[in-house]
Amino acid sequence: MSAVKNPMRSALGRVRHLGSAKEGVQHWWAQRLTALALVPLILWFVASLAYLAGADHAGFTGWLARPYNALLMIVLLAAGFHHAQLGLQVVIEDYVHREGCKLALLIVVKFAALLLALAGIFAVLKIAFGA
Amino acid sequence: MVELALPRHSQVKEGKTFPAPAGAKTVKTFKIYRWDPETGENPRVDSYDIDLDACGPMVLDALIKIKNEIDPSLTFRRSCREGICGSCSMNIAGGNTLACIKPIEECKGDVPIYPLPHMDVIKDLVPDLMKIWAQYESVEPWLQAETTAPSRERLQSPEEREKLDGLWECILCFSCSTGCPSYWWNSDRFLGPAILLQAYRWIADSRDESTGERLDNLEDPFRLYRCHTIMNCTRTCPKGLNPAKAIGEIKKLMVERR
Repeated sequence: MSAVKNPMRSALGRVRHLGSAKEGVQHWWAQRLTALALVPLILWFVASLAYLAGADHAGFTGWLARPYNALLMIVLLAAGFHHAQLGLQVVIEDYVHREGCKLALLIVVKFAALLLALAGIFAVLKIAFGA
Repeated sequence: MVELALPRHSQVKEGKTFPAPAGAKTVKTFKIYRWDPETGENPRVDSYDIDLDACGPMVLDALIKIKNEIDPSLTFRRSCREGICGSCSMNIAGGNTLACIKPIEECKGDVPIYPLPHMDVIKDLVPDLMKIWAQYESVEPWLQAETTAPSRERLQSPEEREKLDGLWECILCFSCSTGCPSYWWNSDRFLGPAILLQAYRWIADSRDESTGERLDNLEDPFRLYRCHTIMNCTRTCPKGLNPAKAIGEIKKLMVERR
């Protein structure tokens, strides 16, 4: 165990510490909702890849430009990256205990997920609207 | 924090060997973690060869035999010797359980015995439980009701009472909490399965009027939500209880009250 902060503080005082954050349920619920959404979305995505196997670039972009495919792809990107950053947040909170390091990693993960999701969605829109 | 290697002064060395008496027919070796804070030495594992024909059936019987007849310096907690006090919880043959209700014959080969994992050790098999008792106190494990007490008991229907089954039987041996990886890494903030099961025992009690405050107190990314349903708690509970389910019920109530 790491060295205890405030060694003279009572055990109960240390356990109560700053009190409960009164949050966590939103995170937990969002993680489950995105997981639920990702089950059919991933199945659809894998089936589509199998269907497109061997197609050329025009075949892929033509498929993606169809409204239903573009819509589902955007939902997949949004749900996928949201779910990923929620999960990575849990991993970081579990294993990284130096407050500064933890905060830096959380910021990197959240910003990277947002950037990657937006980049993917932007690409889909660009193909869908044929720019 | 995750620690992949033990600090130098916690690394376990090989200790003494105590052979069985001559003529013993059924011999079993108990490899027991020993650490004495007063010597300043590293912990060690001592080997005791026990004649099972002159020993009771449970692991605790072997420990008591060692203490009485072979090595009185061996230190461990025990009291009721029938699985109701929770004192003799320890890590036996790789799993947390109660020494008094763990049959020796269930252990294949040598029997390694260590204190409950990832706790500070006071001596030998005795872990420091100060923090976990404080965590227990923090969930206020007593009935809280503002309604004036009736002249007799606060009544409860048989159905309401049934909701406490599987919860009231917990004897606070902490086998579950000390078997939980989330508790190993985050015991300073995560309450752990034993305490969360106890918290749910009062949340589920129809006579209690502080359910909302109790949930408020638990709604926290660390206090409650470090539980990732690993299920070690349920697997190891020597009383056959299901702390993981109790935690799941708390999480369901958190969603329900949003």
